[in-house]
Amino acid sequence: MSRQPQVPTVHVGDRLHPGAGRRKGRIKPRGRGVEQSVIDEIRTLIGEPPYERRRLIDYLHFIQDRYGCLSYPHMAALARLMQLSQAEVHQVASFYSQFVIVPDGKTAAPVILRVCDSLACALQDSDDLLKQCKEYFGEDIDVVRAPCMGRCDCAPAASANKRHIDHATVENIAQVIDAGDLEPVIPEYRNFNDYVAAGGYRLLQECLEGKHERQAIIDLLSDASLRGLGGAGYPTGRKWASVLKLPKPKIVAVNFDESEMGTFKDRFFIERDPHRLLEGTLIAAWTCETHQAYIYLRDEYHYVREILKTEIRKVENAGLTKHCRLFLSRGAGAYVCGERSAMLESIEGKRGYPRLKDPRTTVVGLFGIPTLINNAETLFWVRDIIEQGPDWFSKQGSNGRPGPRAFSVSGRVKEPGVKLVAAGIAMNELLYEHCGGMVDGHVFKGYCLGGSAGGILPASMADIPLDFDTLEEFGCSIGSAAITVFSDHDPIRDVVRNLMLFFEDESCGQCTPCRVGTEKAVKLIEQNNWDESLLNDLCDVMQHASICGLGQAAPAPIRTAMKYFRNELGLV
Amino acid sequence: MSGGIIKRDDVHFMIDGEEVTASPYETIWQVAKRIGKLIPHLCYRDAPGYRPDGNCRSCLVEIDGALEVSCRWKPQPGMQVLTDTPLARKTRASVMELLVTDQPPREQAHDPDSPFWYWAEKIGVTQSRYPRREMPVTDNSHLGIAVNLDACIHCQLCILGCSEVQGHDVIGMHGRGIRAKIGFDFDDPMGDSTCVSCGECVQACPTGALMPSTLLDEQQVLTKRPDKKIDSVCPYCGVGCQISYNVRDNEILYVDGQDGPANNNRLCVKARFGFDYVKHPHRLTRPLIRRDDAPAKTSELEIDPADPLTHFREASWEEALDAAAAGLKKVLDRDGSGVMAGFGSAKCSNEEAYLFQKLFRTAFGTNNVDHCTRLCHASSVAALLEGIGSGAVSAPFTAALDADVIIVIGANPVENHPVAATYFRNAADFGATLIVMDPRLNELSRHATHFLQFKPGSDVALLNAMLYTIIREELYDRHYIERYTEGFEALKVHIEDYAPEKMAPICGIDANTIRTVARKYATAHRSIIFWGMGISQSIHGTDNARCLIALAMATGQVGREGTGLHPLRGQNNVQGASDCGLIPFMFPDYQAVDNANARATFETFWNATLDPVRGLTVVEIMDAAHAGKIKAMYMMGENPAISDPDIQHVREALARMEFLVSQDIFLTETAAFADVVLPAAAWPEKDGTVTNTNRQVQMGRRALEAPGEAMPDWWIVQEIARRLGLDWNYSGPEDVFNEMRQCMPSIRNITWERLMKDNAVTYPCSGDDDPGQAIVFGDGFPMEEGRGVFVPAFITPDNEPPDSDYPMILSTARNLEHWHTGSMTRRSTVLDALEPEAVAMMCKADMLRLGLKPGDLARISTRRGAIDIRIRYDYRTPEGVINIPFGWSEAPANLLTNTNLDPFGKIPSAKYCAARVEKLLPEIRATADTSLEEFAE
Repeated sequence: MSRQPQVPTVHVGDRLHPGAGRRKGRIKPRGRGVEQSVIDEIRTLIGEPPYERRRLIDYLHFIQDRYGCLSYPHMAALARLMQLSQAEVHQVASFYSQFVIVPDGKTAAPVILRVCDSLACALQDSDDLLKQCKEYFGEDIDVVRAPCMGRCDCAPAASANKRHIDHATVENIAQVIDAGDLEPVIPEYRNFNDYVAAGGYRLLQECLEGKHERQAIIDLLSDASLRGLGGAGYPTGRKWASVLKLPKPKIVAVNFDESEMGTFKDRFFIERDPHRLLEGTLIAAWTCETHQAYIYLRDEYHYVREILKTEIRKVENAGLTKHCRLFLSRGAGAYVCGERSAMLESIEGKRGYPRLKDPRTTVVGLFGIPTLINNAETLFWVRDIIEQGPDWFSKQGSNGRPGPRAFSVSGRVKEPGVKLVAAGIAMNELLYEHCGGMVDGHVFKGYCLGGSAGGILPASMADIPLDFDTLEEFGCSIGSAAITVFSDHDPIRDVVRNLMLFFEDESCGQCTPCRVGTEKAVKLIEQNNWDESLLNDLCDVMQHASICGLGQAAPAPIRTAMKYFRNELGLV
Repeated sequence: MSGGIIKRDDVHFMIDGEEVTASPYETIWQVAKRIGKLIPHLCYRDAPGYRPDGNCRSCLVEIDGALEVSCRWKPQPGMQVLTDTPLARKTRASVMELLVTDQPPREQAHDPDSPFWYWAEKIGVTQSRYPRREMPVTDNSHLGIAVNLDACIHCQLCILGCSEVQGHDVIGMHGRGIRAKIGFDFDDPMGDSTCVSCGECVQACPTGALMPSTLLDEQQVLTKRPDKKIDSVCPYCGVGCQISYNVRDNEILYVDGQDGPANNNRLCVKARFGFDYVKHPHRLTRPLIRRDDAPAKTSELEIDPADPLTHFREASWEEALDAAAAGLKKVLDRDGSGVMAGFGSAKCSNEEAYLFQKLFRTAFGTNNVDHCTRLCHASSVAALLEGIGSGAVSAPFTAALDADVIIVIGANPVENHPVAATYFRNAADFGATLIVMDPRLNELSRHATHFLQFKPGSDVALLNAMLYTIIREELYDRHYIERYTEGFEALKVHIEDYAPEKMAPICGIDANTIRTVARKYATAHRSIIFWGMGISQSIHGTDNARCLIALAMATGQVGREGTGLHPLRGQNNVQGASDCGLIPFMFPDYQAVDNANARATFETFWNATLDPVRGLTVVEIMDAAHAGKIKAMYMMGENPAISDPDIQHVREALARMEFLVSQDIFLTETAAFADVVLPAAAWPEKDGTVTNTNRQVQMGRRALEAPGEAMPDWWIVQEIARRLGLDWNYSGPEDVFNEMRQCMPSIRNITWERLMKDNAVTYPCSGDDDPGQAIVFGDGFPMEEGRGVFVPAFITPDNEPPDSDYPMILSTARNLEHWHTGSMTRRSTVLDALEPEAVAMMCKADMLRLGLKPGDLARISTRRGAIDIRIRYDYRTPEGVINIPFGWSEAPANLLTNTNLDPFGKIPSAKYCAARVEKLLPEIRATADTSLEEFAE
């Protein structure tokens, strides 16, 4: 062995001890290790430290964008670099459906094909499409169902990696995949130069030069009766006023998550005219004296992200963000992150759990500081309201309701799409005057309001003005102004089931009534005979005890179906 | 918090029509509890460290017509809270019904006594009308913890416990919605994960989804319930967690944490699962006398603890005690007191430590009595006594929560003071700056603001460079120095040689980092220093500690909340044993044996003539025994054949010794050499007090009957004492404690009754109403004029630096799961399963260089000996170093260490000596899963 002097040597197996030799110990530290080479690889990808905790979701996207998935070694390396535990990284990644996590020993398919199964697409037989795609593409690519992609006017919708496919069929999907055409397709849009040439950012500049009074701006918005167009309907002017009063530092958080079923109006406006959103945001920032603005964009809007990245850079280069820095914060696939406090959690790089509203998000918001939260479309209208005056906006209503409303209409209509019409319009008028009526061979039977969360009304109740405050007495609400129309071809059970499956999948799982309730709801409505009394009890507890709007609104389809479609359901 | 505190007003509001007043920080739930209304709660754990999450929704109350969760809601002035309206009641019942749906039926519940079933019954909902979901299966991959997620209600208390309380961050909620599940790491089986088995999750879980597996049968149904619950203290480390033994039929079923001042219900794996060693068949149950025909003692002597009768015969207590006393007396009478020596125990109680040293000093007339502190913090204590007049900590480790900057140097609390480490992590989570300095990486790195991996042995260079920065940049506290210290001017001159640029190549930390951490430490409002064996177990351990003391005194970071000096004491009672005089230089309460006044006091008090000469220390005693100068020893609860350096030398000394009495609970490697072996009661089998690292005196209580004829240590010592002519008549530990109070000012004002009632009292303590002074030295030090002394430290060449024959540095270490020489923990089922085998740890570069793969066997040699041991790959070990946990008798690291001592503390350098590592020849290599790709860190 060696030229050492005679020393006492204890050989393996020499000494006796109760534990000796009975069992083999670990040969490396506990748990999953990570190789230095992988750590170096990820560091090259995401940059040098320090790594802000809030950017966890960003970094996970970097990894997935580069490698097509999140493998365990890469996630472990990221955890090491960010000084987080493996559980901390995995529990965030596994919350969001856009992240493809690939366990040890497995590899990801080069393409992930998502087929939407939400109502508008289901009405176009997307369930069949999903089956056909699975058969056709076999094991080569991952074929999975996905929730509403915000392309309901082009149903059925699918996406192959970052490439969306409208009016999807097996054929046109195959074409895209075979061509390797998987990057987002950027449509034509009004870019920075064109926007400025048409008078854009003049208003912002006037604000920055002190030519406007903050309170005056706020008053204009209030006079226009601008309300939160994400669906909550909170008066925008009042919200800005309350944030203005709070101490600095302050932040704006723009909710561009738009994941409510059937809703695509934010995308519609902003993909055409992104700077109206940016200018609206920067004006909000100036008015409320915030120094940062985070635009939280749902991840499935891949091309919108590219547009915004490009155009934000131009706005920065033009020196228009000195008062408020713009950040683009990527979602990762979770409907619940459209809930304002869940959105804040997601921007902070965490699981999208809505917060309890004490304290309020206005006061203790993003990163714990006062935050102005507005829907993207709401901010989109700010410039026009101020430039053209509140009356221009408010007088576009009808039936005594103020302002225009952008309805996202989908389903069994001839001309689905975004309809910018008067708020307070009735469904009949919307359907026949603006959507070309029902598709041939289909008789108007009912319509889902506010996407999944505003209740379902029958065709016999299509004269009610559609707006905030007008539908509540019927157990419904306008929400995001998404309307999906269904016909005599569509059993009410199937419609309700589609919506309830959506809720079950999207529930964040934090609180008992929603996590358990959405799952029990699906099981109960799948029964042949609906147990009305048990369903009512379930709806009660979800409505009264859920932490956030998802759980509180999830009972709406069931309650309204039981109220307005009793015959079809066989309820006496 | 510094400066003014914003005073918020109390809140006046109504609960169920009753006027109540809440402090501004109370929740509605807490106020309701105060007035006797217990609102149902599941995801809110009413215990220290747990914030209410508000997710289960079972605590809903009606406020102004709406339902809100009382566990989270703070009352507003004039608020009307109604706890029992029909809506509130119905909704709570509905919530319960949803949760009951997916539970196993109560008759098959994993924990039918859980809070979940308690509240289900209270609310009146134990059945459900809803259809069930598919039930998850059991995860039994962890030997000690059964994971049955079919009972999980997603309350997330396990996550709070694991992350926010303990700081391990192993548990997460993976996935979303109803498919979300509790999982470990990347949702791996618990047994494969980074879980350290602290059991916090088990303690926090309100439904029985996480249970001690000892309580469940194969079907995961609860079968055993305790019939007694006894509060006590953990017997392992110096944290001193308060625990509760849950006992049935003289057996401990499981252990809970209690809300002690040092742990707030938290535990580590050892307290949680390491209690079954007391029932191990190897327990000594009858006194043993060495057989006349036993083979002669040699240094290779080994006796199978399962079968001692190869070398011993059983005897009655009478015979054995007589033989023990007679044997000792014979040597004493023949050769005088100088040849007698004793090792007391840092694991026995204060009372036992006191009696042991009293026995030696009064019956044998010698000060040759010591215990394992000599191997541990002797240098720290030497520096502290010299510098500030007291070897005890200046603040408890919980003071980290009040600190702005925390330095942890030369310590691995994550493995050795696990619950103390949880407070450091808590502090870092709250925003404190955590600066960790250690040649070896440890798990605090995840929470540390700075991790300085300096070169082994270069502590003085690094610390003096910090002092240089502080002095040069005038960041020191002039006022404090003028008022409370002396010797600063000399230090200023001395430090001029230690500029960071000059020290950087020596310690391996760049000058910029040295300056940064020095500035942070000095300028923070409150900074605190914790240290461990890395500082103390060195031939310049005293110098290392002198630097730490200088840092604290120069910056005034001592004597206030959130500041201080804290050498993390290792054993459960090493502080207490030292306090009780189990040291060769000191009587109880650190009164020097060579101080005439002190000696006179004790001579009167004990009515005996006492030796005026300082005695020998542990390593010196073994050296003297080896040379034939110490001829008889009495050892109580010590195992130097594994714990002392150069154990070959120790074993030769033991073999040579004329007469050895060993008192222990197992036949240890040392006891094998004894002439008389006396079976002692284990910690849960006796009463006694122990003092932890925080200066908290805590009460340990008897929960079990000792097996066979084993007796408590105090009784045995008394019996020996009587046979040596001492007139001792203690009827129990309480008597002893009362005597101790009379000669130990530190505990004079603490009564046994109070300890029985309060379980813990800090010293110094001025009386029954005083909880005790947690922070000391706020007004100067117990030195002349109250002034601490700066003692400059020089860089000393290290003990046996590496050379061409022995090119690596050997540094001993420990395991989380094991304690000291493993006599207790390796006989505990769960602890043994978690860490069954001796390993030596190396980093990738060294392994590659030596052609080693993880799991290979290697021979580690030094000039003292060689051991064959399995190699564990560990990225935390720095290059050029091999780390070996020392407590494994089949591969004892102390066979390799040397006996060079620190000149002041007399502590051997366990952390540094020269070694060589060689791969063992292929024939000897055992099979292991050795594929090279697994160099993952």
